[in-house]
Amino acid sequence: MGHSIKRKEDARFIQGKGNYVDDIKLPGMLHMDIVRSPYAYAKIKSINAEEALKIPGVIAVVTGKDLEKYNLHWMPTLMSDTQMVLPTDTVMYQAQEVAAVIATDRYAARDGKEAVMVDYEPMKPVIDPFKALDEDAPVLRTDKEGKTDNHIWNWSVGDKEATDKLFDSADVTVKEQMHIPRIHVASIETCGCVADYNKVENHLTMYMTTQAPHAIRTVIALVAGHVGLTEEKVRVISPDIGGGFGGKVPVYPGYVIAIAVSFLVGKPVKWVEDRSENLQADSFARDYHITAEMAATKEGKIQGIRFKLLADHGYTDAAANPSKFPTGLFSICTGSYDYGTAYLEADAVYTNKPPGGVAYRCSFRVTEAVHAIERITDRLALEIGKDPAQLRFENFIKKEDFPWKSPTGWEYDSGDYHAGLQKAMDAIDYEGLRKEQAEKRARGEMMGIGISTFTEIVGAGPSKDFDILGIKMFDSAEIRVHPTGKAIARFGTKSQGQGHETTYAQIIAEELGIPAEHIQIEEGDTDTAPYGLGTYASRSTPTAGAAAAVAARKLRDKARKIAAYLLEVSEEDLEWEPGKFFVKGAPEKAKTIQEIVFAAYTNHPQGMEAGFEATHYYDPPNLTFPSGAYICVVDIDKETCEIKVRRFVAIDDCGNIINPMIVQGQVHGGLTQGIAPAMYEELIYDEDGNILNGTLMDYLVPTAVESPSWETGHTITPSPHHPIGAKGVGESPTVGAPPAIANAIVDALSPYGITHMDIPITPYKVWKVLKEKGVVE
Amino acid sequence: MIPAPFEYDAPATLDEAIALLEKHGDEAKILAGGHSLIPMMKLRFASPEHLIDINNIPGLSYIKEEDGYLKIGAMTRESELEESEIIRSKYPIFTDASKLIADPQVRNMGTIGGNIAHGDAANDHPAVMLALKAEVVATGPGGQRVIPIDEFFYGFYMTALQPNEILTEIRIPSVGAGTGNAYHKLERKVGDYATAGVAAQIAVDADGICTYAGIGLTNVNATPLRAARSEEALVGKKLTEETIAAAAQAASEDCNPSTDLRGSEEYKRSMVRVLVKRMINKATDRI
Repeated sequence: MGHSIKRKEDARFIQGKGNYVDDIKLPGMLHMDIVRSPYAYAKIKSINAEEALKIPGVIAVVTGKDLEKYNLHWMPTLMSDTQMVLPTDTVMYQAQEVAAVIATDRYAARDGKEAVMVDYEPMKPVIDPFKALDEDAPVLRTDKEGKTDNHIWNWSVGDKEATDKLFDSADVTVKEQMHIPRIHVASIETCGCVADYNKVENHLTMYMTTQAPHAIRTVIALVAGHVGLTEEKVRVISPDIGGGFGGKVPVYPGYVIAIAVSFLVGKPVKWVEDRSENLQADSFARDYHITAEMAATKEGKIQGIRFKLLADHGYTDAAANPSKFPTGLFSICTGSYDYGTAYLEADAVYTNKPPGGVAYRCSFRVTEAVHAIERITDRLALEIGKDPAQLRFENFIKKEDFPWKSPTGWEYDSGDYHAGLQKAMDAIDYEGLRKEQAEKRARGEMMGIGISTFTEIVGAGPSKDFDILGIKMFDSAEIRVHPTGKAIARFGTKSQGQGHETTYAQIIAEELGIPAEHIQIEEGDTDTAPYGLGTYASRSTPTAGAAAAVAARKLRDKARKIAAYLLEVSEEDLEWEPGKFFVKGAPEKAKTIQEIVFAAYTNHPQGMEAGFEATHYYDPPNLTFPSGAYICVVDIDKETCEIKVRRFVAIDDCGNIINPMIVQGQVHGGLTQGIAPAMYEELIYDEDGNILNGTLMDYLVPTAVESPSWETGHTITPSPHHPIGAKGVGESPTVGAPPAIANAIVDALSPYGITHMDIPITPYKVWKVLKEKGVVE
Repeated sequence: MIPAPFEYDAPATLDEAIALLEKHGDEAKILAGGHSLIPMMKLRFASPEHLIDINNIPGLSYIKEEDGYLKIGAMTRESELEESEIIRSKYPIFTDASKLIADPQVRNMGTIGGNIAHGDAANDHPAVMLALKAEVVATGPGGQRVIPIDEFFYGFYMTALQPNEILTEIRIPSVGAGTGNAYHKLERKVGDYATAGVAAQIAVDADGICTYAGIGLTNVNATPLRAARSEEALVGKKLTEETIAAAAQAASEDCNPSTDLRGSEEYKRSMVRVLVKRMINKATDRI
């Protein structure tokens, strides 16, 4: 623990020896391509496959009508909504799957796709989520019996009455309307699978880009159990994954079609999306419209918040939230500040856009929540003329007040927000920057400083509150130590680049004293790994990492018994230091863990179970609450309005750190995915539901060139309830960075009367508002 | 990812390539660096039946000064332009432009000839060519002909090249003393097509009077655009702040940008004005 050992998995990745789903080639494997709708909303009048079937190599064109015969044309979403696998009569969004072409090679499949003729009757789509709630809006989900509007759900938390009363009487209230844009995870590897159904064995092996292989196996069994694919007949293998970020949690129609085709023809079927399909059809993230309000005294004591939000889910609620939380963990939106009054109300609507929204590198809508609270906090600072750092210091929850109960029902485990912000301000020379800014403003130059002091909520989660489709959100570890003292450990999670093969080994090494390089980590095969809910929402370390520590401690207890037997002393007479037990006061009388393990197989005490294995399913007692203090400095060109992030200091507190290098890597990557929605990324649709930037030429994923030189650091406030005091870090930077950047840009523009800008804040957007204010030509 | 079927030839000589063009006519496309054509084929926006790969033809890649010209072979890669000592010392405008084209991998393959012959107003070299008043050498069955750059760009993806001709060389009149040039484009992120781009070459005499002004605009018109009124506003005058502002204003009025994801027409005109001013200043600073 605490050592930056090199990542064990990198040996294969940097040599091009990773094994991704598209590397899997099975004998007789067929290839699938998918015909997609050019319209956002249309009746399908006919599908003509005649020309496609003439192309050499094309063997079948599968439509919704074909799947309907097996009752496989619909599937459930993770939010217990329903989604078409293939349509029988209507398409509901552009790029929706319409038919699948099956061919003997990838080229024929694509040529076949071009040759399938679909006759559509376009209808006027509903694109604007606010208009979707109009009384005269057409009802989109006519497949749902008795549905009379486009409303999906309403959810609220907090004390409405007390909050309304506070806002009626408060000295100061501020309010902003915000949109957190619809974005896409755009992982390097797109989604895909090889579905391999063996007719003789009645067994399906599903190689699939999934962050949650075990849950997927259960879902497959639930959807296809009626055709004989019961859970013991299904094996899901998630091979190496080239980035997940939440986009590889859901089940997409392509997976189900591939399974159905393999089931029908008895041959393996490969389906791998291309880049545009991935961007246009797979689950989006965010797309929350938020009205954020804050009430305070005139001195700047925050008294309460009132948030109202509208979630645009597209055609179906295909989010990936814990069942009881349709708006995820958005209720962390009270932030890092000490006040007792809050009310949050959320509604969700259907529109003719692709379904979602997944938690893109974010613990279930925390990014949206943090953006709203950190922006509105800056808005308050601007309103009362107080420095935003000072305002935060005066309102932070104090270190000694943890565990702290939030007005929306959470119990924050630990934190030291003052220390984090002070460290960030010292690192960046906050006072010096404010001085420089004042001088520049006097000269008419635009420079901004933005702060974000966020609290995350990760590690879902305790079984009393957290489940997905009824399955509790524990996670698991199984450790087997071989007679020679080398180990293999398997987990219910699945790394997509997080470095589990290294960090899990480090946790076990810390607890058992076996060197990390002697511990092999495996995940992703449901036949071998223990059941778990997978890797997303920064939950791996808080849940499976904890399971590893607890399982290792079970083994250490067994080791103590064996050591006592071998040394002929009582257990109480033994002391542990990593790697060995020794007799108190006689350190030369010792048994190493390797000697003990060997004895477990060769010379174990009579009556004791032989072997050296342990499994633990860890049900966390609480979530963990990482935090961070980020400060960003921007300079804006007064003519072109180009925005340069000059400096960005990120001080994270993720509790105890397992591998500082991996944490730093996570933070760098996460910050870059934070600058992305802040300044570049948004999926844009026109009023007909056409995507306007459905390729990476126009969907602007930032690169190394756009990334500033990140300056990172940390404070350490261990989680009091996690076995090793860790909290999880993967998502903090993605969550915390966008408001720091937005706050910096708004700060730069505030002398011109600008109080808020929606992200992504582009030079064009800045130019437009400054043009309106008469500042630029 | 998967293009439509096509036939592929890789001739060893220019004559063979031209013969293949003669044979296949409109159905054939020349494959040089491939970094415009292949993405279009992947997306099936282009489905040429024949590809004639000219990468195996020797003698089409060079940078040399000869007969009062800087001559650049059409197959010269962007990365070779970036690394050329002649270019760096005397024609930094090419370095400015090359650095802004896509990314290093693309520049290792992409060619200057392809960038021009593609006839895309969003490409960067056409504006540079306009600023430098270049000539394009086309080779066809009847031999070579020289096309002034002002007669080269016809419309969207359309140039003066005939279906049986290959662009083989670019000729830039050698710059004398007192000349400077520069290019810059605004882009939404690295590797993007220009929101607006401006190439400028300026020469001044000993008295500080402008004797040459070439200004080309990227992606603010259906074709690469010469800012003729801006040039006229400069030549024969001292380059004062007012003169430059007038030239910048003229360009912003004369371009024809369209509103798209990169911004509104008004915004792009404003950016043209800013960039023309900046590039004149930068070119002048380099004299």
